[in-house]
Amino acid sequence: MQDASGAVVAFDHVTKRYPGSYAPAVDNLTLTVPAGEICVLVGPSGCGKTTSMKMVNRLIEPTGGRITIGGEDIMSLPAVELRRRIGYVIQQVGLFPHLTIGENTAVVPKLLRWKADRTRKRTDELLDIVGLDPAQYRDRYPNELSGGERQRVGVARALAADPPVMLMDEPFGAVDPIRRDGLQNEFLRLQSRVRKTIIFVTHDVDEAIKMGDRIAILQRGGILAQYDTPAAILANPASEFVERFVGADRGLKRLSLGRVRDLELIDAVKVRAGEDRAEIRRRLDRVDELTYALLVDEQDRPLGWIDQHDLAGSGPVDPDAATPGAPTVEPETTLRDALSALLGSSVQLGVVVNERHRVLGLVSVDAIGERLRTPVRAADGKLHEVGETAAH
Amino acid sequence: MDVNWIMRNLDEIGQRTLEHVFLTVIAISVGFVISFILALLIRRARWLEGPIIGVSGVLYAIPSLALFAFLVPFTGIQNPLTAEIALVSYTILILLRNILAGLQSVPREVIEAADGMGYTSSQRLWRVELPVALPVIVAGLRIATVTIIGLVTVTALIGLGGLGYLIVDIGYRRFFLTATIVGSVGAVTLAVLADRGFVVLQHALTPWARQRAED
Repeated sequence: MQDASGAVVAFDHVTKRYPGSYAPAVDNLTLTVPAGEICVLVGPSGCGKTTSMKMVNRLIEPTGGRITIGGEDIMSLPAVELRRRIGYVIQQVGLFPHLTIGENTAVVPKLLRWKADRTRKRTDELLDIVGLDPAQYRDRYPNELSGGERQRVGVARALAADPPVMLMDEPFGAVDPIRRDGLQNEFLRLQSRVRKTIIFVTHDVDEAIKMGDRIAILQRGGILAQYDTPAAILANPASEFVERFVGADRGLKRLSLGRVRDLELIDAVKVRAGEDRAEIRRRLDRVDELTYALLVDEQDRPLGWIDQHDLAGSGPVDPDAATPGAPTVEPETTLRDALSALLGSSVQLGVVVNERHRVLGLVSVDAIGERLRTPVRAADGKLHEVGETAAH
Repeated sequence: MDVNWIMRNLDEIGQRTLEHVFLTVIAISVGFVISFILALLIRRARWLEGPIIGVSGVLYAIPSLALFAFLVPFTGIQNPLTAEIALVSYTILILLRNILAGLQSVPREVIEAADGMGYTSSQRLWRVELPVALPVIVAGLRIATVTIIGLVTVTALIGLGGLGYLIVDIGYRRFFLTATIVGSVGAVTLAVLADRGFVVLQHALTPWARQRAED
């Protein structure tokens, strides 16, 4: 895969007004999607998110304003040529039932009259990229595939001619929640390789937070309520509408954006069986936050907590006094999952371990809470105190 | 049953069978071309659907005997044209309806995907809509053909009729039961063969509609 990255997509005072209706479907929309980023358009039904997306490939023609891709006005090309340069993925996938998976993937290269062997090579490469073995899938028909497999073919088809921009209309909306999560992760991995500029429509705020580099929240009447990074929107909703739309649990949602590796870890007081109690007590006293030492095995793997009350006197520490069941988290664990694990344990400290289960440090409930109070940088570069509603 | 008569008249029977097939094939082909053009017209201008279907419905409802009586003064007896005008007008309702139903059966998301990929309107029609509509269109051809094979026998009244000639001119007018049986069995056999033929054709043309996903 060449690293042809995406192009900037810019909406410049774009309006869509349908004949016979006074209120516009999209009202004076201005926003810029940086090259190679995912911009999620989200909002309640009737907010014009799908209309906004479909204006980019002119399935719906704007009635006012200008849309540019890489600086070029989309009206400067015939609509069909424009569309062949833009990937398009829809919820119901819309594979052509009479064509094989290989032929479906090759639809746009064929419209562009690529040579047969180039198309063939590209098709196999794409099926491979979306995780479908070409030898096994190339000659099958869509009705032989599961919903998830069909959606992958839909993504492969959209990527076929290596377009700089992709439009995705609720692409994972028809897949069950468990498989949706898998497909989302897979797609994010794919995006980190192909770096397309993606305009992604959903009505699900959690999906928006997960998928978006930036989120545009639209409200009824096609009005842009806020356009910013997920973290900035969650920390500082621009209006009451945004606040209600992202939900009362936006603190928790922010936590799902952070990872344990983003926190400064507390050094654990590590103890091996047989060490002297007085010595351990001395080491523990030096750390304010800790009232527990962590018993580890020869390989530095956690075994359990030792309370300072069990460290009275001197002599070798008794491994049986350790309370087992310290929750372990990994650097990649989201803060939300880490908090959840910590709240369920008596010590309220989590042991951060690497992939070989060796102790890297500790994380506390306080440290996670502190993280929520740190100011968040908005897309415009300004730092806002958390909870402060941005002036609008 | 007079087996000797059958043996002596094999040539005649063969001739009449060929005539039967010929009248049917012409009627279906011409009817299909007309219906196809009408369907494309309706696709362009939806408001035409009502009037066109209405007229073809009226044609379909006219009793065949009355239609012959009306046409013979203009086109003459024993003229295949007289027969075909009547036969073709019966195919149009069936074929047109099925072509339209076939085009309507193309899922909305398939159309949207085709537009989004950058198909022109005619590329979309020929490469997506018609192939996807094919099973329904072939089903229409199948019904129309079987219907017309039955109807061809009636053209015996104007001196044609294919196997209908055996039934009417020899069997009925001369009270010769064997000819009636031969004509009827022949026509039914043709109808069954045509029916099976279309099933095989459809199977061959639409490999994609065969297998079903397990989940």
